This record gives sequence, C-alpha cells and structure tokens, in this order.
Amino acid sequence: MSSRRPALLDLDPAVVRKARSLARRAGKPVVDLARAHTTVSVERATLRLAGLSGADHEGTPWVNHLVDAVRGEVGLEHGVTTPVWDALRRGEAPDLLTLAQKASSGGVVFRLPEGRDLTGSRKAARSAVAKGVRAVDAQRRARERMVATVGDAPRTPWVYLIVATGDIHEDIPQAQAAAREGADVIAVIRSTGQSLLDFVPEGATREGYAGTYATQENFRLMRAALDESSRELGRYVRLTNYASGLCMPEIATLAGLERLDMMLNDSMYGILFRDINPIRTFVDQRFSRQVHARAGIIINTGEDNYLTTADAVEAAHTVTVSQLLNEYFAKEAGLEDWQLGLGHAFEINPDLPDSFRMELAHALLARQLFPKAPLKWMPPTKHMTGDVFRGYLLDGFFNLVGAMTGQGILLVGMMTEAVVTPWLSDRDLALQNVRYVMDAAGGLTEDFHPPRDGFIQTRARQVLSEAVDLLETIVSDTTAKGTTYPQPLLAAITDGTFGAMKRPPTKGKGLDGVVVKADGYDNPATALLEEGATR
Amino acid sequence: MSTETAGPGPIVRPYGDTTGDGMVQVSFTLPLPHDKRAEGAALQLAAKMGMSPALLVHAKAMGPHFTFFVVYGSVTHLVDVREVEVVEREFPLLGSAEVNQAIRSHLGRKLVVVGACIGTDAHTVGIDAILNIKGFAGEKGLEYYREMKVVNLGAQVLVPELVETAREVGADAVLVSQVVTQKDAHIHNTTTMSAAFREAFPAGEVPLLVVGGPRFEEGSAKALGVDRVFGRGTTPGEVASFLVHELVAPRTVPDPRGEER
Repeated sequence: MSSRRPALLDLDPAVVRKARSLARRAGKPVVDLARAHTTVSVERATLRLAGLSGADHEGTPWVNHLVDAVRGEVGLEHGVTTPVWDALRRGEAPDLLTLAQKASSGGVVFRLPEGRDLTGSRKAARSAVAKGVRAVDAQRRARERMVATVGDAPRTPWVYLIVATGDIHEDIPQAQAAAREGADVIAVIRSTGQSLLDFVPEGATREGYAGTYATQENFRLMRAALDESSRELGRYVRLTNYASGLCMPEIATLAGLERLDMMLNDSMYGILFRDINPIRTFVDQRFSRQVHARAGIIINTGEDNYLTTADAVEAAHTVTVSQLLNEYFAKEAGLEDWQLGLGHAFEINPDLPDSFRMELAHALLARQLFPKAPLKWMPPTKHMTGDVFRGYLLDGFFNLVGAMTGQGILLVGMMTEAVVTPWLSDRDLALQNVRYVMDAAGGLTEDFHPPRDGFIQTRARQVLSEAVDLLETIVSDTTAKGTTYPQPLLAAITDGTFGAMKRPPTKGKGLDGVVVKADGYDNPATALLEEGATR
Repeated sequence: MSTETAGPGPIVRPYGDTTGDGMVQVSFTLPLPHDKRAEGAALQLAAKMGMSPALLVHAKAMGPHFTFFVVYGSVTHLVDVREVEVVEREFPLLGSAEVNQAIRSHLGRKLVVVGACIGTDAHTVGIDAILNIKGFAGEKGLEYYREMKVVNLGAQVLVPELVETAREVGADAVLVSQVVTQKDAHIHNTTTMSAAFREAFPAGEVPLLVVGGPRFEEGSAKALGVDRVFGRGTTPGEVASFLVHELVAPRTVPDPRGEER
C-alpha cells in the first residue's frame, strides 16, 4: 500500500531472519494445538456460513441452540455439521432453521452417521457451507469492483476515525459526517462487554455502553451507508469492526458476509486483556483469520495495548515480538502481506529526553521489518493528561512520526483522549492536525535518512536484538515440558511475558467451549478455506 | 493599576496578563451554519456566561450545519476563596514499610482486599494500577505489600459474585473501579454495589467500600453509599494509607470478625 520507500535502518538481515524463524518456532506448536481443537464458536460460524441466522424471542441465536443441542447429544468432537446434515437427510426437519428451532426444545435426535450416511451428510454439509463461502467471495469481488469504479483513498496513511454512540442509527450520520470530513476508514467501536458474550446479538441495536454491538444487521446498515458516502465522495470508505472476544470466528464470518474491510484481530489480545482462555483464543483466531484471508479483509493487530500496561521504552521489544508472532499466525492462516495491519503506538512518556527520537526509531523498525504490511499507527493515550493543549501538540508529533515513517493506517488521535468521547469539534481539530502534518511533512519520507549508527539506528537495532533475545527465551523455556500444555509460548503467556498479564492455558473464560477433535472430525468451512475451493 | 502586593484573595478574578483583568478563553460549537448570525449568537452566549467584553477570535464552519468558535473575554464574576470547600486528605500518607508495619502490629493478620471492575465495565486499567505489583506512577501496587492479601477479580464482575467472594475471603476492604460513564453507568453500578453489600452483611461488618474512577465527583462517597471515592491520578500508596487509616490504626476494640481469617 505504501509506495514511498522509507529510510533504511541498516538492520542485519541475518538477525531479521533469525527473529522470523524464532517466531515460527514459538508459533508452530500453538498452531498444531489449534488444529487439534475446535470451539463452539467455530462450529457456530460454520452454521452461519450455511445460512443459519436469527434468534429466538429471548435473543438467543439459533446457531447457539443448534450447537448446544448437538453437543448435548453426540458432542462436537466430530464437528457440528455431520450430525446436523444427517438429521436433515433423515427428514427431522425440512430446513436448517426449522431443525434449529425443533432442536432448541429437544425435539431432534442427533447421531453420528456411518458408512454411506456419513459421506452423504458430509457432502450435503459441504454444499450448504460452500454457498456461504461463495457469498464471501462475491463480497470481496464487490469491494474490488467498487474501489475500481468509485476510486480508492487518495493517499496513505489512511485516516482512521472511530464512531461510538451505542445506537446504530446515530452512528450512521456520524460515520457519514466523519467520511465527509476526510476519514478513509470508519471503525465502529463495540459495546463494552461484547467480547465476553458467548453469542452474537441479533438485529439493529440502539443500546450499547461506550460503543455499539457488532451484529450482522448493524454491519449491513453501516456498510450500505458508507457505500452511499463512497459514491458521494468518489473514494471507497472502509469499515472496521472487531473480530475478538468469545465470538471471534462468528464475527469474522459476518464481516465477510457483509463486506467489512478491516477487522481488529489480534492473536493474544483476548487472552491478555479480557482473560479469555488461551486455547479458545488461538483456535478461534486461526479460523477467523482464515475467513479474513478469504474475504480480502485487512486485519489490525493490537500491539498498542501492551504499551498501555507496560512501559513503552522498556517493553518496546515485546511489541516487536508480538508483531512477529501475529505475522506468523496470520500467514499460516493464509493472510497476505497487504492484509497485515500490524499495530504499534506512540506511547513513550513525553517527559523522557529523546522520546520523539525513540518513537521514530520504533516506528521505523516496524516499517523496516514488515515492508509490505500496511501497519497501523496508534496515537498516544497513556500520556494524554487532560491538558488538551499539550495533547494537541503530542498528537501533532504522533502524526509527524506517521508521516516520516510511511505508516499505512493512522488512527486519528483526539486531544480530548481520556476526557470525553470525542466531540464534533475535537474530530475536526484532529483532522486539521493530520492534514497539516501530512501536507507539510508527508514528503519527508524522501529526505529523512537517519545517519548510519546514529541514535535512531542504534535504538532500532537494540530493540530488535532484545526482541530476538525474548523470543529465544520463550522457545527455550522447557518448564512446561511433560505437562498437558508443553508449548513454550503458552508457558510464556502463563508467566506474564506480554503486557505483564499472567494467563495459564487451563484458566480463563470460554474454556468450556473448547473441544478436542476426534479422528473423524469434519468441518467443511475449514476445508473450503484451506483448499481455496468454492464447492 | 493594582496596588495589591499581598497574597491572593479572598476575592479573585481570572488572570490573563494583568491582575484583575478577568480574562478567560472558551471554545464551543453551535449547531448553526457559519455566518454573521452565528457569530452574533456566539457572542450572545459569551455575554450570558458573564464575559464582557467578549472577543470572538475564531469562527470556523464544520460542515454545513455547525460552527466552531473560540472566544476570549473578561468575566464579570468574582470568586470568593473563603466559600470554596475542599476535601482535604483525611489520612496521613505512609510508605509501604509503614503500611506493613501498621498492619502487623495493630491487626495481627493480613489485611484482605478484594478488587474488581463491576457491571459491563471492562476497563481494568484503574484497578490494575492500584492492585497489580506493577503499580502506577512509580509506586508498586497493593499486591506488593507483604501484609496484604489481594484478590483481583478483574473485569465485568457481577455484584453478587463480588459480594460472595468478599464473604468467602473475609474481605476487610472492597475496591471497585469504574471507568465507563456512559448513561451514568458508574453511578448506577456503584450504588447497586453498595446496596448489595449493606444488605448482605450485618451493620458494622460491611467491608470498607472504596470506589475509584476518573469521573467520580469528589465528596460524593456518601451519596453513593461507599466509604471513599478516589479520583484520577490516585496512587496505590494513597489507597494503602487510607486502608490503614480506616481499618488498622483507629481500631481500639477487637476485630469482631476474629483474629485469624
């Protein structure tokens, strides 16, 4: 996405290769673990691809009812689809929705079919799920077509603005206004607490706390509104939401079906900051990333969050480690470089001497390590004190780093961060700040070459070498050897290596939704996504 | 020309560059398109806010329906410092060694603290800053204090769960953090929590209830039904000192909940 070549840091290619190979060594055992498990949410996402939607009068989605019913009778070890399509073939119900409704009151007998029934059920399930996958493909083509006809964002970084009223019908005019004011990307913040719901709410919602619920209908309404704005403005305005929390795979699926363009999708955020079980997270994450890969969605990772709990200088290398891990997990799931909005943030204490030079060094390091990834540059939050004037200056310097280091996605900082949810005027001032810096200094990427072995190069090399050291410590940790979870990365997460949070694999929310796959496990969605097949 | 040379007040006015000039600066948005009428409306608002004379220094259209203004002016209001009420810190600030020492010698057992973010609030940054060893502003959190037992329940804890845990572990104090303020969620959650504790425990045995968050009003503890409210920038040391002040130092009668728990 970035056409400008950023300044060189003179990193040792051997060290960079080593960092990537260590990330692979740390990540691989976790991927193997993820492949050996499924979760209730993965199974529900599969049913959503097969077209099951809606909820009962209490708001419990039919996918939850059906997965719970199958789990209760035959377990999920073989996947939800085989017993479901076996029941449909046996005439338990005329269609999937009716089957889910009957099953919710215990009116369906499920079994694990064998022989010809097994092959027949699997085939029927695959054909139903393939329809959903083709719908995701069609939305990807629709996006490509629209970008080609109305035009793309005029330059990078893309300007990323947040909308969060709690009411989708309020969000829409605000998002359209933000697009008119210059936003290239609109993110609708989710309601506080949605990440811990083990179901996806249904329909258009008007009640949310500090954000709006992610629902299929809300996705559809907002995308339609932004399509309108895109045509009006002559540039495609992208829509972002959050594939995180307990329903990550389902939300990713809904995003693919409703043509969202970017999704927050970090590999460890839920574990560290929402206390979601690590196994659940890694299984859900892999599936959701496979969907994102297929849907042409750009993922945004959440490294900025580490720096809100840990010190941005001391912990700079943990950001690099997490970016490397996110890259490994993303690529393993089929995402391409242009889809990796790896996160990093401007969070160094401004009272420290040389804080700006260190920010530049860190941002350049990320740019240099991931030259083809868009990179998401996040504004200061921790050192925004309520002094809005100082905050405005800090945001200006944040924008300057973004301009000088060729970032792909720039989340616009608000001077009223930590004071109020942004006012209309806050957003306007913030966008003026971005525009001024981009127009005045955007070309600096051409001129700015940090001197050889100067402060910036040295600092970047130091952070990279600390990252390599940390990865080495992680992969050589054998303390968990011989236990149920010998994976060194899980041991590191248990020890509080990231974000200073300690999260053992045997604890956390959503663990009861994790199931070990049996030998005969089948999931047509995973198969279609991994094969790249459409039928 | 001012001839005052003594200390400030009791009557003061805002200070721009001359004593007594009363200068303030405000910015706001009006839902009007930017034209002469909108600028007049901004000046009218400034006059009603007590700014006289008011100087409209900046007006800018924000889209077709809104205008942003910056206004400077002298306020006619006077401030009487004698009428200002301040909540002074009612407890001495102790170092961690002093806190541990006080608990050891006066309580004779560990001080038990339960912390949580309640309701839908998922922002654990506040409670973590106070409780986690990592701490805040260079001060270690309460987990670091040898004489404290800290149970941090984390985010989105339900009130009954909090009450139950407090009872199970025999909490001396319950710390609740509330960041989300939309629709006054922080007020609502806090009053629900305090009511639940007062219902679940006999009078006199309710754990010390402490809430913290950036948007609580100073001095609103009573209205919220809690023992203390801490605002933005509170450090773990302040909280620890308060707990010692309330639970340890003044105790002249034996702990009704027994010696060892």
